[in-house]
Amino acid sequence: MTRENWKSVRQNPPWYFLLPAVLAALVLALCILYLALRAVEGGGGELWETLWRRRNLVLLGNTLRLALGVIVFTTLIAFPLAWLSVRTELSRWKFLSLLGVLPLAIPGYIMAWAILSLGGDYGIVYRLTGQTVPRISGYWGALLAISLYAFPYLYLNLRSALLGLDPSHEDAARSLGRGPVRIFLEIILPQCRPAFLAGALIVVLYVLGDFGSVTLMRYETISHAVFVQYNSLLDRQTASGLALVLVVLAALLLWLEIRLLGRIRWYRVGTGTARGIRLAKLTPLAWGVVAVFLLLVYGAALLTPLGVICFWLIEYPPVGEMPRVWRALGDSLSVAVPAAFLAGAAALPVAYIGVRYPSGISRGLERISYFGYAMPPLALALAAAAISLQLFPFLFQTLGLLIVICALHFLAEGMGPIRTALYQASPRLEEAARSLGCNPLMAFFRSTFPLLVRGLLAGIAFVFLSVMKELPITYILSPWGFSPLAVNIWDLANEGMYAEAAPHALALLLISLFFVGFLMLREKRLS
Amino acid sequence: MRLFCLTAFSGLFAVIFFAACGGPSADEEESPGELSLYSGRSQALVEPLLREFEKDTGIRVRARFGGTPQLAIALQEEGERTRADLFWAQDASALGSVRNLLMPLPEEVVGEIPLELRHENNRWVATSGRARVFAYSPRRTEGETLPETLEDLTSEQWRGRIGWAPANGSFQSFVTAMRVLQGEEAAKNWLAALAANEPKVYPNNTSLVQAVAAGEVDLVLTNHYYLYRFLERDEDFPVAQSHFAGESPGNLVNYAGVGILASSENREEAKIFVRWLLERRAQEYFVQDVFEYPVVEEIEALPGMLPYEELRELSPRINLEALEDMEGTIRMLRELDIL
Repeated sequence: MTRENWKSVRQNPPWYFLLPAVLAALVLALCILYLALRAVEGGGGELWETLWRRRNLVLLGNTLRLALGVIVFTTLIAFPLAWLSVRTELSRWKFLSLLGVLPLAIPGYIMAWAILSLGGDYGIVYRLTGQTVPRISGYWGALLAISLYAFPYLYLNLRSALLGLDPSHEDAARSLGRGPVRIFLEIILPQCRPAFLAGALIVVLYVLGDFGSVTLMRYETISHAVFVQYNSLLDRQTASGLALVLVVLAALLLWLEIRLLGRIRWYRVGTGTARGIRLAKLTPLAWGVVAVFLLLVYGAALLTPLGVICFWLIEYPPVGEMPRVWRALGDSLSVAVPAAFLAGAAALPVAYIGVRYPSGISRGLERISYFGYAMPPLALALAAAAISLQLFPFLFQTLGLLIVICALHFLAEGMGPIRTALYQASPRLEEAARSLGCNPLMAFFRSTFPLLVRGLLAGIAFVFLSVMKELPITYILSPWGFSPLAVNIWDLANEGMYAEAAPHALALLLISLFFVGFLMLREKRLS
Repeated sequence: MRLFCLTAFSGLFAVIFFAACGGPSADEEESPGELSLYSGRSQALVEPLLREFEKDTGIRVRARFGGTPQLAIALQEEGERTRADLFWAQDASALGSVRNLLMPLPEEVVGEIPLELRHENNRWVATSGRARVFAYSPRRTEGETLPETLEDLTSEQWRGRIGWAPANGSFQSFVTAMRVLQGEEAAKNWLAALAANEPKVYPNNTSLVQAVAAGEVDLVLTNHYYLYRFLERDEDFPVAQSHFAGESPGNLVNYAGVGILASSENREEAKIFVRWLLERRAQEYFVQDVFEYPVVEEIEALPGMLPYEELRELSPRINLEALEDMEGTIRMLRELDIL
């Protein structure tokens, strides 16, 4: 649908749409501002002194090395997978594209826990076979854990880019005598570049923000150090200084992305249709290679965590742990449900203003919510904790603060489906309602809102899923005695109590697999 | 219908908003005579004990669990306004950092505890002890000499084979003890030499012991009781442990301790609780269920554990207050780029 010009009717968005949007943006802006202020406090000299250490350079180097490695590794998985699912006869297998996104349900810390459980003289592989395989940890461990759950972001982007390619370009090249290799390099790859960059941005933001996998894998990145400084050494100043470095890195990435792409393309790009594409037939040899590839990817990304959970559950039935699992499930839901609805309620006006009243203000509001999403969660949580301690001490370590910050962080994620739905809902309906005597708010709720409900629900479901899996914000801002599934899994794995973590991991996986499946089915209906 | 949607939606928003800003829930309100405990010791360990205490005395205890350092900071921030009646911490340094908020414990409560296990003004008292040890893989060190002194760990023999947890409180206590006993220079030199010997860094003690089992490292610096927890589950767990030779800071005994907040309105009940922790039942629980060392003499350590008398001969004599300077230790670890 096209964006229709409705500006003639009304220049400014009504206050009741503007207010919640501004409120949400304000809180996020406050958090971002706070970290910046903290940096220049005392002339910045003190901050410089805490930051300018050889060790921090090592941490920065480690972080960049990990980011680079993860990009390479996820591309190696995602590109062939996208190609197979669009351009070969495998595209008829619908479950292939479903499998391509299921790893989204498995957070990095569960991957890390599963990988760590396998190896070593005392690991699962040894217990089952008597053969010792080395325990994968450190750089390669972190690389593997993050890549195996983050590759779907790249896959989804590349897949829709491949689907959207116009095959006539390739036909033209072929008729001019270009061979398949040159067509691939000169026609196809350049057209995938924007999708690749958009996907890679999200993947790198995950690397910056992740602290669960790197701490478990004992790979010292900046977010690892932020956590140690904050949690073990209680040094809030160094922690916020390092967190600021993370924010600056994220901001640099966004800037680079805008320079390279002209704008930021976020998240899922609509699925196109693959009409007119000649599907490649696979030779028997190719079939063999493809089978090994798929087995490796899914064996690692899905079967490993599920298998590890089953092994521990069978080996040590979690009878004593179950009351804790139920409590943790309750805790998880009591954050994720309200946070998802709150995010939906805030995303709706932001998206509505953005689509119906495009202006400097609406773009600004959107950008802030995007930046809130890009902001490393650890940094956001530290800023929120510090602000609440200084300005609103009664809010510190309350469930409310945790809910609000989670909702705001994932606001942008909820906006995607709502925007799509909004573009499809014609403003003429609302105009008609108003000409029949409704005030703007009534007109919105009577005409447009019913068309948005599905998009809104999908947005809420996305946020719910993310909050369930979220670790850093929950860890820092949880009230005392409050320990959701994500925190328990990480805590137990960090203590080396791998078997005890299994029932918690299972509970989380069941819920998130269900939601990922639900969202995928919805996607299919839409396309 | 539409109106319903509208009200439902705004209603939901309002509910969430108020829930978000709402004050303390009913959960946090306390009735008189009910104790509120800030526990830096883990829930799994403390809760069974609290239930016993309630059954015994009829006094209810509400506990807030958290990391010992976090709770110490919270107490400092809350000051006199804190709701806590008691603070039960993992180590001396946390108790030391809030000692001004604690009241002196009367003799009738702590009289039977040896003087060196109490703060000098009885502001807090030790409840149970855990010894620093080194844990190792018997298989991968077969035929080798195990270290006798801390200095041995810096030799070529152990290059790349050691695991440590420099961000961990027990490790830092041990370094503090080393600074006090051997001087700043010696401690710094030893840390630098060990850091240069390519040790692997772990977040905490359990993961250290696990790492030995997994074959990642051959020897780790840890506390004594973690191994017993693993052995309880699997008697073939492939890790053993031992002590350094006589009075080395590497054999330091760290004590968990408890104190009563001076601002408490339930002092009598709080005294009963502290007294109860030092009595036979609780002390036996620490020994038998947590594999710790008791602070009262009449209770024996478990078979297989080093008897308390021998441990006391091996461990260095040091005042618990001397361990309060954790900040100095952290500064040193930072200067050496270890943290």
